[in-house]
Amino acid sequence: MATTLNEHIVTSYEDELTNLNKIISEMGGMVEQAITEGASALLKLDHQQAQDVRQFDKRIDEIQQRINDAAVSIIARRQPMAADLRMVVTAIQVANDLERTGDMAKQLAKRALQIESLNLAPKFYNGVKHMKDLVARQLQAALDAYLTRDSKAAIDVCSRDDEVDAIYNSLFRELLTYMMEDPRNITQCTHLLFCAKSLERVGDHATNIAEAAYYLETGRHLGADEQQRQPR
Amino acid sequence: MTDIAATASEFAAPEEAATVSAHTADASISIPHALRAEVRNLSFWYKEFQALKGIQLPIADRKVTALIGASGCGKSTLLRCFNRMHDLYAGNRYDGEIVLKPEGENIVSRSVDPILVRMRVGMVFQKPNPFPKSIYENVAAGLRIRGINKRSALDERVEQVLRQAALWNEVKDRLDSSAYDLSGGQQQRLCIARTLAPEPELILLDEPTSALDPIATAVIEELVDELRKNVTIIIVTHSMQQAARISDYCAFMHLGQLIEFGETEQMFTNPGNVKTQDYITGRFG
Repeated sequence: MATTLNEHIVTSYEDELTNLNKIISEMGGMVEQAITEGASALLKLDHQQAQDVRQFDKRIDEIQQRINDAAVSIIARRQPMAADLRMVVTAIQVANDLERTGDMAKQLAKRALQIESLNLAPKFYNGVKHMKDLVARQLQAALDAYLTRDSKAAIDVCSRDDEVDAIYNSLFRELLTYMMEDPRNITQCTHLLFCAKSLERVGDHATNIAEAAYYLETGRHLGADEQQRQPR
Repeated sequence: MTDIAATASEFAAPEEAATVSAHTADASISIPHALRAEVRNLSFWYKEFQALKGIQLPIADRKVTALIGASGCGKSTLLRCFNRMHDLYAGNRYDGEIVLKPEGENIVSRSVDPILVRMRVGMVFQKPNPFPKSIYENVAAGLRIRGINKRSALDERVEQVLRQAALWNEVKDRLDSSAYDLSGGQQQRLCIARTLAPEPELILLDEPTSALDPIATAVIEELVDELRKNVTIIIVTHSMQQAARISDYCAFMHLGQLIEFGETEQMFTNPGNVKTQDYITGRFG
């Protein structure tokens, strides 16, 4: 199926679909910003920034509502078919994943507020910082794949999720080692472990968005297609 | 099999050819139901004008097959071939076969009597066209032609099909009034009852709800849902939503050719051909 679609005969319908894509793009930008700032608040223990991220989450929730309303309105008034139907359905899914990703950013900010009084050694941070960079790239790539309807890029995002998991596991072991070295590290390291878990979830949401991108373009499910491709 | 692929690729631009033939070929292989009829390499000419070009189409038994496509694509022409309506005008010509299963008779062959074909294949038109007779006589007409004149037998069958057409409760007290006294939706259900009375194997519906309001449309769609348990139905419709709602299989036609055939679910969520997609989503082709 072609990636670029012809225009609708009804211009206002075309505009509504374009607008839906635009709001998702906007929401994606907001969520990327939230993750970056949430992580930054955590790494710099910036109290104000952490508060800002928590406030920002309300706006993310609002924009998700806007996407859902727009999608429901298109279904009710236009009865979308085929590629249009997939676009509207995946818009709802992607908005949901983005909203959850926004929640993860809020979690990071909350942790920042909790650990700001604790004296953290910089070495504890390195793994979390590395992981944040990786999942932020994953999220961006997944959104790009969705907005440009690029199923190949979507497959790449999904195949890189193993990297995120591997980093999470090694970070888990690393933090465990610090805790065993000195029990006074336990509180800080446990907080960071939760942060790592949140970032790992962001990676999962990025994968979901990439899967939606694949379905949007091909009309098939990536999981099922991958199974068929693998030799028995 | 190979013919259908060839037809599709002839039509398609070269870069699309591969997808078209592959998808169409797959769809006709995977039809998991017994067939009631099969269109084989059917072409049709209105005098000099070729309206159908090598159509290949399986019709699944006791399923609803929808024919969709823009005006002038040949879907009504194809539908009318099934009961030899085109025979009414001189100079029209068929080539190829429409085979009724299981006995495998080619109903467009000159050697087959069109009257006998029409007894097996009923048709309902876009505008309700009851006979200028009473409600009762409209339904009984087909039975009388078959030589059924016994009042008790007629009464029984008339009630049965009027019930089947979801019209009985509305007309049981005025069976002798003129069919023209009924509303448009009721007249259309009466026409369906009239079609059902001689127990056809195949029912052709040519945009049966295009002149009806949403409620009357819903009643007819409910009726189609019920009928498919016993009869095979082919429906021509301009409403994509209607095709999506009520059909099991769907065929998309364009300029006299069959572009894509497949399960309705597939056709409306993930059509294989760009032209199908453009048509059902309302884009410029």
